[in-house]
Order: sequence, then structure tokens, then C-alpha cells
Amino acid sequence: MTGPEHSFDKAALHRTPLYALHVEHHARIVPFAGYEMPVQYPAGVLKEHLHTRAAAGLFDVSHMGQITLHANSGNIADAALALERLVPVDIAGLKPGRQRYALFTGDSGGILDDLMVAHRGDHLLLIVNAACKDADEAHLRAHLSDDCIIERLDRALIALQGPLAEKALARLVPGVATMRFMDVMSADVLGAPCIITRSGYTGEDGFEISTPPDKAVEITKALLDDPAVALIGLGARDSLRLEAGLCLYGSDLDPETTPVEANLTWAIQPVRRPGGARAGGYPGSEIIGQQLQSGAPRYRVGLSPTGRAPVRAGAALYASETASDAIGHVTSGGFGPSVERPIAMGYVNAETAKPGATLFAEVRGQRLPITITALPFTPAHFKRA
Amino acid sequence: MKFTDEHEWLRLDGDIATVGITEFASSQLGDLVFVDLPKAGAKLKKGSAAAVVESVKTASDVYAPLNGEVIAVNDAVSKDPTVISGDPLGAGWLYKMKLDNPADFETLMDEAAYKKHIA
Repeated sequence: MTGPEHSFDKAALHRTPLYALHVEHHARIVPFAGYEMPVQYPAGVLKEHLHTRAAAGLFDVSHMGQITLHANSGNIADAALALERLVPVDIAGLKPGRQRYALFTGDSGGILDDLMVAHRGDHLLLIVNAACKDADEAHLRAHLSDDCIIERLDRALIALQGPLAEKALARLVPGVATMRFMDVMSADVLGAPCIITRSGYTGEDGFEISTPPDKAVEITKALLDDPAVALIGLGARDSLRLEAGLCLYGSDLDPETTPVEANLTWAIQPVRRPGGARAGGYPGSEIIGQQLQSGAPRYRVGLSPTGRAPVRAGAALYASETASDAIGHVTSGGFGPSVERPIAMGYVNAETAKPGATLFAEVRGQRLPITITALPFTPAHFKRA
Repeated sequence: MKFTDEHEWLRLDGDIATVGITEFASSQLGDLVFVDLPKAGAKLKKGSAAAVVESVKTASDVYAPLNGEVIAVNDAVSKDPTVISGDPLGAGWLYKMKLDNPADFETLMDEAAYKKHIA
């Protein structure tokens, strides 16, 4: 059998403030984006996944980057307009106490990272991917330093996700019960100044809690006191987000993929599209604007293997069992514990990207039928009202 | 019973070896969701991929421990891969192969050597 990795070069790896707690809970630790992170606990990926959908899962996502933008002018509107030079997203229209999904784009229209942008009243808070955070910070400094003070925060980040997340967090912070999906607020949690958003990466209702690093363990332990809350590793985080149809940067999104190809046009508000009041003005806006109007050469789609065999990232996709040229490839794939079947996402030619179309994925030399299906695979349970 | 350093086990009956994955391998893999077994009649070469076991996150090859021909596969684990994690050394066997050279069985690790290997 292909053995699991027993050792890796630990020298260059960072640890989050919750590392010792993960070890205490017998996590299997793997290197991820420069950190030693828990991929799973003894319950295993399948049960951790199902627990999150049924109760509440607690994820250490402290490896992610937290960056603030303060306008030099003191007026947050100037920071918002400055950030709009790097993202095709309506930041100026973001209301205080709200956050939204955004994308850094490159000159050729590809995605450099995906992120969350929160309006914190007098500044913006950006949550960016761990593997991109140094590049993102440099990108911000290179383009926004004339207008903004850019600061990387040294804070932990805990995600609490699932139908019982609200109840568990409300024990510590009663105010969270009135938050709606994508709200952000400051809150005192066990005496520590925290930032809470009602959002996540599982398709479930839930929260992300930014804490001072030295309070992360105490807050995590207090949340784990609730029997509904269990620690969940990165393995289940990945299967949860895939079922929810959410993109993983580096797999489903990369510098060669535009937001239109990635089917993320919903993240580009009309005001930033061609004809909008603040159209363009971000890297790659020419190609992205053109694709918004006349379409992209390929699109991200959901894929359902017909059989029981999971189809993993990298598998080539063909129009028929015998076709010699691939028409796309899988970028994320595995087994969906909640839907109890294999699921995948990938990119296919625009002419092929039609729901219901049956393609063939090459797995270990065999062509397996796979159907283009609408995303997400599991319904979202956000608290929108 | 003999073992390979790739975490397969074999039990020999005449020139027929029954092959599965070890408890260590099963615990490392966690809950299995799919198993791809070889076809009866397939000729296996030692070290080549004979079967695939898949968890939520990963697919792992199971290598042929010796040269031989597949004569039977365990349909029960194809239907329900969790049978493997429940009883990897018994009901969770994967396939039976007729060894080209049964004497090669003795070249594999015994249990003590394998325990040392995974320690």
C-alpha cells in the first residue's frame, strides 16, 4: 500500500496557537501551507464531516492571513476605493458591519487569491489564504501604500460551523444570535477582544472568530465544553467545502483562471462590470470585462460520477469513451460523506458546460461516466434573514 | 501470515495466497468509501498496483506482494468497503492469488519483523 507520510521537514513549519491542543486531542498533523496543521482527529474525516453537518465543528484556521487596511486620510471610503484597484468587487458599497467575498486578480485576469473583506467601521479587515498571505501583503503594499496603512494582524482564527454553532457560541457571546450571514462585529469573548463574522467554508450556518493568539486556547476549550462541539480537521474541511460547491484556492482557482471561468461572476457586482459606475480599474479588467459580456472559453462545473469510484483532482475529462482529446479536467474530487457518493468539480469547454451532459473521466486508465450537475451538492444553510 | 513493507498481509494455503491490508494500514486510511479490486485471471507482478482502496480524501494503491494470478476477489468489500476497517485481517480480505512460485512466500516479513517495521 502507498504509505502515509511518516515524516516531513518540520524545520521550516509554523505552528498555530492551538497546536498543542491538537496534539492533546491526538490529531494527525500534516504540513499545510507552511504550517503543521491537524488533517484529522481520531474520529476520522467521514465522522468529522457528518458531525459538522449535524451539530457543530470547530476548525483551527489560524494559518490564514488577517490584514487590516486603514486609509491614510482617516476616511474608510478612501481605503475601500483603493482596494477596488485590486479586486473586481464593490468594496465602496460595503456597509459597516458587513463582509463580502472578493478576488485579487492579475493582469491577465487570473485569480491571485480569494478573500473576505469586512467593513470594520473605521477600517477594512481582509481574511486571505494561508499559502497566499505573504504575496497578498506584498501586493497590497506595492499598490496601496500611498493610500493605506497595511498591517498584518497576529491573531488566531477559529471557525465554528454547523446547525448548533449559534447555540454553542451564544453561551459565550449572547449577541451572536442576532447576526445574519456575512455580518461582522466586535465582541468580548472571555475578556478578550474578538472579531466575529457569521460566515464560513462548509455551507452550514456558522461563525469565524478572530482572537488574540494568547486567548485562542481558552476560547477553544470553552467552546469544546459544549458536547455539541467537536474539533474538525482540514480533511473534513475540504470535503465539506466541496459538497458546498466552494472553491479551494490553488486547486479550483489559480492565476490562469478568471473569475468568469470560475463561475464567480456573482462576486462581481454590476457597479464594477462594463457599464457600471465604477467599471474596470482592477488588474485584468479588460479580459474579465470582455468575458462578462461575451463569455469565457471554459467554465467551472459540478461533476457527479455515475459509479461508486471517486474521481480525484487531475483526472482528464473527455466527451466520449473513445475521444482522444480532453475537453477539461477535474480540479477537486472525492467522496461526499453527506451525499454518500463521489462528487467533483472541474473545468470544461464552454460548449460542453451544460448541466446534465455526460462526460467521461479517466481514472487509472479507464473512462468512467460523470455528469455535469448544478452546485452545490448539499443545500446551503446560511442564516440570511 | 506474512507481511510486506507496503502494509499488505498474505496467508498461504497450498499455492494460493489470500491478500489484504494490515490493521496499521486500515487505521491510517480511516473510513473507506471505495475499493477497486483486480479481475479474476489478472496476472500480477510483484510490486505492481493490484487494487485501490479509497477514503474520503485519498486513493491508495495496494501492491501485489508476489507474482501470480488472481483467482478470486472478495465481492463483500466491493459492496461495502467498511468491512475492511471492521476486520482487515479476516472478512476484509481483498483477493486470492495463485503464486507463480510459492517458495517466495518465505522471503516476506513475519509478524515480528512487520511489527518492527511499523514501530
